[in-house]
Amino acid sequence: MTIEADVLLPGRAVEARAMALTAPISFWGGVNPRTAEIADARHPEYGQRINGRVLLIPATIGSSSAAAILLELVHAGLAPAAIVLHEPDAILLLGLIVAREMGHPTPLALRLDASHFAALHGQQLVISETGSIAAKTG
Amino acid sequence: MAMRIVAETARLMGADRLLPIESAHIDGALYHGDSGTLFAETLVAGGATVAVRATLNVGAIDLTGCSRNQLPPHEHAMATRMMHAYRQLGCEPTWTCAPYQAGHRPRLGSQVAWGESNAVAFCNSVLGARTNRYGDFLDIACAIAGRAPDYGLHRPENRYATVVFDVSDLDEAFLTSDVAWPVLGNLYGRVIGNAIGVITGLRMRPWEDLLKAFGATAASSGSVALFHVAGTTPEAPDEATALGHRPPRERIRVTPEMVRDAQRRLSTTEAADRIDAVAIGSPHLSLEEFDRLRARLRGRRLAVPLYACTGRHVLHILERDGHRAGLEASGVVIVADTCVVVTPILPEKPGAILMTNSGKFAHYAPANTGYSVLFASLADCIESAVAGKPVVGGPP
Repeated sequence: MTIEADVLLPGRAVEARAMALTAPISFWGGVNPRTAEIADARHPEYGQRINGRVLLIPATIGSSSAAAILLELVHAGLAPAAIVLHEPDAILLLGLIVAREMGHPTPLALRLDASHFAALHGQQLVISETGSIAAKTG
Repeated sequence: MAMRIVAETARLMGADRLLPIESAHIDGALYHGDSGTLFAETLVAGGATVAVRATLNVGAIDLTGCSRNQLPPHEHAMATRMMHAYRQLGCEPTWTCAPYQAGHRPRLGSQVAWGESNAVAFCNSVLGARTNRYGDFLDIACAIAGRAPDYGLHRPENRYATVVFDVSDLDEAFLTSDVAWPVLGNLYGRVIGNAIGVITGLRMRPWEDLLKAFGATAASSGSVALFHVAGTTPEAPDEATALGHRPPRERIRVTPEMVRDAQRRLSTTEAADRIDAVAIGSPHLSLEEFDRLRARLRGRRLAVPLYACTGRHVLHILERDGHRAGLEASGVVIVADTCVVVTPILPEKPGAILMTNSGKFAHYAPANTGYSVLFASLADCIESAVAGKPVVGGPP
């Protein structure tokens, strides 16, 4: 089965395991930029690492410094493999726009309805540059 | 580069034009890692300067020297370079998250580009100026370009409430207490998310510092950029106007149980037999809040440090009036230009407990400082700092 997502910001095709967040997240104060761990003790995925994952984000909350944390993750080689948002979020995605301006390779950012997230969680996903998402079987 | 960033964001958000802006508030000068410093220095090297008035939010270093932080040498140097780069871009060194109490108050209906979640909420809601939530990088890019993407809250048709947040079941004594507005803000942010609500059913008119506490807490538990208070905020002379004369999508009747639950959520620990520190001032304390602190403290000596975070605009007046020395003699640590949750000022201490009256500190302190949090009123915070242990429910 293939799901077509909208490309918000271009990036390379990837294959990586999906991690669906089950609650909204604030990157600033919610993700440690030095370890890529979810650092908000009140978040259900507290302690899990987001680097190298296809990160499915139902909603973002909180601080307007999310972009700075995401840029720092890209700069440190700790970014998610791809970012999938239920709706485009200028605050978070600015981190990728600036990372690109600064000459870093940046992860693909996609838009996909959050109703798909639970089924994709934990799957090994193959994502094309055009936003086709396929789960690898076997 | 600044114009490319603004244009790319406009494309991403579906804005088909850019708007001229009158001012900006820049949250981007807080150090999170070297990449942000390098970005600012790239703008400086390209000869960029801001095209409109741009105040600065907090940095990672207290440049006034009131407080010390424990950033390692490399981070300290990079954070200082970053603050310097933003000044070279022509930004004003206000270094406060309450620029609206430091003389930067855009007029009703004006188009601006503000960053920092509490400043955005205050600017839109209390001042009635029009801004989206500008994140790091986009805030300075818009200030340099003098333009912002025309979408979202810049457009009057998107500023109406769709949810009614009815507090008429709450009693007035609670609503005029200083814990009420952070607690309501926490609840509001969680139930509203990114929608716009109008608060109704008040028999009192919340003053500016209460609205400041409400907006800051709501913007940390949700992504609140604009709220209305019927009969108080400028775009809400009454409920119907705030709703754009349309029926609300949802009507939330706030119960005392919901309030008690929200208040419990602001603390991450209970039944402590000691506290290690008290922190107040998120958003930065106003002069009136310092007056309340001094009146309650009455020159007593504190058993644990009380960190009082504020901006230079207030610090200068405290110094002029001779109050800084008295506060410091009591054991108050004044923190200017920055605050205790954005940079390591609190001593590292496993299992330490922080008491605060700030809903925003309560939200961010556990992850950013490692301290567990006890949320309490200003009066209880002060009595607890004097006693060195939690004193709850003292005289209001």
